[in-house]
Amino acid sequence: MRTYRTRSAAKAVAVLATASLLLAACGGTEEGGNPADTPAAEGSKVGVTDTAIKIGTHMPLTGVAAPGYSEISPGTKAYFDYVNAAGGVNGRKIEYVVRDDVYNPANTTSVTNQLVLQDQVFAMQGGLGTAPHNAVIDFLNEEKVPDLFVSSGALAWDQPEKYPFTFGWQPNYEVEGKILGKYIAETFPNAKVGLFLQGDDFGRDGAKGAKQYLAKQIVAEATYTSGNTDVGPQITQLQAAGADFVIGFNVPSYTALSQLTALRLNYKPKWAYSNVGSDITLVGSLLNNFSKGAVKDGGLLNGVITTKYLPTVEEPENPWTKLFTDVWTKHGDGKPMSNFRLYGMAQAYTMVSALQAAGKDVTREGVVKAIEDKGASFEGPWLAPMEYSKDSHRGISGVSISQIEGNKFKELVPAATTGKDNSPIQKFDKKPFTPTSNGLPNVK
Amino acid sequence: MSDALTQTNKPDEKSLATEGSPQSGRAGGLLRSTLVRHVGLMLLALVGISLLLETVSPFRVSQLGELTYFIPAVAGLTVLTGLNGQISLGHGALMAVAAYTTSVLLDQESPLPFALIILIAVAITALVGALVGAAAARLHGPYLAGATLALAVGVPGLALYFEETLGGEQGLSVSPPRASPNFATFMADVTGESLSGQKFTAYLGWALSLLVLLLLSNLVVSRYGRTWRAVRDDEVAAELAGINLGRARVLAFVVSAACAGVGGVMIAIITRLTAPTTFTLVLSITLLVAIVIGGLGSLVGAIIGSLIVVFLRPFVTDLGAEGGLNAAQAANVAPLVFGIVLILVMLLAPRGLVGSVRFAYLTRQAARQAKAQR
Repeated sequence: MRTYRTRSAAKAVAVLATASLLLAACGGTEEGGNPADTPAAEGSKVGVTDTAIKIGTHMPLTGVAAPGYSEISPGTKAYFDYVNAAGGVNGRKIEYVVRDDVYNPANTTSVTNQLVLQDQVFAMQGGLGTAPHNAVIDFLNEEKVPDLFVSSGALAWDQPEKYPFTFGWQPNYEVEGKILGKYIAETFPNAKVGLFLQGDDFGRDGAKGAKQYLAKQIVAEATYTSGNTDVGPQITQLQAAGADFVIGFNVPSYTALSQLTALRLNYKPKWAYSNVGSDITLVGSLLNNFSKGAVKDGGLLNGVITTKYLPTVEEPENPWTKLFTDVWTKHGDGKPMSNFRLYGMAQAYTMVSALQAAGKDVTREGVVKAIEDKGASFEGPWLAPMEYSKDSHRGISGVSISQIEGNKFKELVPAATTGKDNSPIQKFDKKPFTPTSNGLPNVK
Repeated sequence: MSDALTQTNKPDEKSLATEGSPQSGRAGGLLRSTLVRHVGLMLLALVGISLLLETVSPFRVSQLGELTYFIPAVAGLTVLTGLNGQISLGHGALMAVAAYTTSVLLDQESPLPFALIILIAVAITALVGALVGAAAARLHGPYLAGATLALAVGVPGLALYFEETLGGEQGLSVSPPRASPNFATFMADVTGESLSGQKFTAYLGWALSLLVLLLLSNLVVSRYGRTWRAVRDDEVAAELAGINLGRARVLAFVVSAACAGVGGVMIAIITRLTAPTTFTLVLSITLLVAIVIGGLGSLVGAIIGSLIVVFLRPFVTDLGAEGGLNAAQAANVAPLVFGIVLILVMLLAPRGLVGSVRFAYLTRQAARQAKAQR
């Protein structure tokens, strides 16, 4: 009995001692200003030598998000190799480090630590995914690592005051929603519109934009949760509400699922999908896959309306598609060219423009300033101009409207640009940019 | 007689049991006391870890930090599975409960002291563990696996359902706690350089991990540990000996859930974002893989399993990249090697790394004793 009591007492003491140690260790949560976080002064030249500059990214190369998205970084790498073969930027070869995060934020944090702390990259380019990238945006800005051209259309990347080192790139979903909404309101004023939305920022921002022009025409809003592959209830809801025009803000697999479900329910509205959900080749193969071969290709998509901000492989005569296909043939890995690779190359093209703009004596702060100062004049494959300035880090400022016809895109309305909330939509009536003869950006 | 039986059949537990058997307090001073020995060991480990954190590169510091969300959860799971014989595919979901609690509590105008947040998060996770444990106590084998699997699949969905509070698909951003000025100054004085955020998080994580390991290592050699093993080995015999089976199982589940809770707190402040995609089934399975590789029921095994889970992937990927593979190929090598390691462990060391070493040692000792007796 005595021993027992002594031992419990001793236990209690030990527990208390350890607990108090812990308490002492974490005094408060509010003292934000930790002076320790990495000295900034000499950090600005990290990743740059006289002959090389190191760029990193996090991408899903394995796991459920890998199909499609894993093709982006090989595209980027191919274009960098093309630039390197032409002598690099300001005499520096671009070294591109890709790390797999499996689209899981915990892994994103881990590989970004590795990229920044171990690989010592100069900048991040095109980190993919809203949730994964959200996990590292604070860290990158604390470490003052340029976090360029995030591969996601969330509005979060355009907060220059909070995140001075982060820049968006693709048009955000609100812009897409607005331009698409205006087109439908003007062209189909009597349509009863139903919205088919992914249950996150993507669907929410898209709907917010579309509603500015379609508020009176919208009869139903159906939201799906990604991961749940049965969209029967959502499509039935739209059908029951009598919607004869459905706009989808969804990822490619849900384009295929919504088409197949509508086919099964004998529901034949007119369809529009945002850019993300309208890759003809990918959706075609998904349709084939999901229907176990009953639907052969993207033929179901005939007549579908969509938005675009880059040329696609479906228009081989476009000079940019020509250039990038050529680059892919020379520097790719032998697999077929795709729109995901083209996306990766277009980002690489922007990166090279930014490095040119930053000049010979490039620093981390310098490249940020260069994009703010000169980014708006970057010319590239994008259909609408970049909107970069001290107050805007948002990237491509608009989209065009196209219709899918026999596995090709037919342009209905040329690119228009717009900003946040209820800022007006403006035509972009300048001629489309064309590539230079050597295929490299020419920013001074 | 019974001793000899234990020795041949369950060598792992035998050694654990002798460590903690009450005779050890009889004579021989402080070192014979389990508690003193364990506390000493943990303090030594804390010193060792501190030295390590102060000497390695910032990236290694971040990896050592990552270890601390696996170690508590894996240790809790190995006690549940190895000692009490209950399998759980839901520990990733329990980590999610703690991670979301932490994130919501940190995301306030004036958040509570972090130590209190840890306690609340762990308490809530333990409560959820009690509910699951109560259901689990009636289930066996595949049914138990199925029930906990449902937890792993279902819980992340709650974040989508309660999007307003839990952030939906995007998740909740987490601003990790900072060192108190006193602690930061103290560390700066001792080490001669300022304490970075990641290093502080790693310190915090290791303090918590070692605390969990200390509590667990004492618990498994206590009356509770013996009760749990009895329930695992023979339900009828355990019940005849006066053990309430249900209560023992639920308690084991609660303790294990609380440990997962500590892991959950750490994953929130290390990842700095709490989103459903972090807490997929893969996380729960990774925890199981760690205990299988390390050795069921062994706390040392839990540490080794966690080490492999954290370090193997980047190591293999880098090796692949140096060997001339492109990024995608190198990334695909990691899961492959992971699978091969798991298969090799199952084939060559079915008791896990620690279990097999211990088994070999005990077998040799038994053989020697038998020879001596002859």
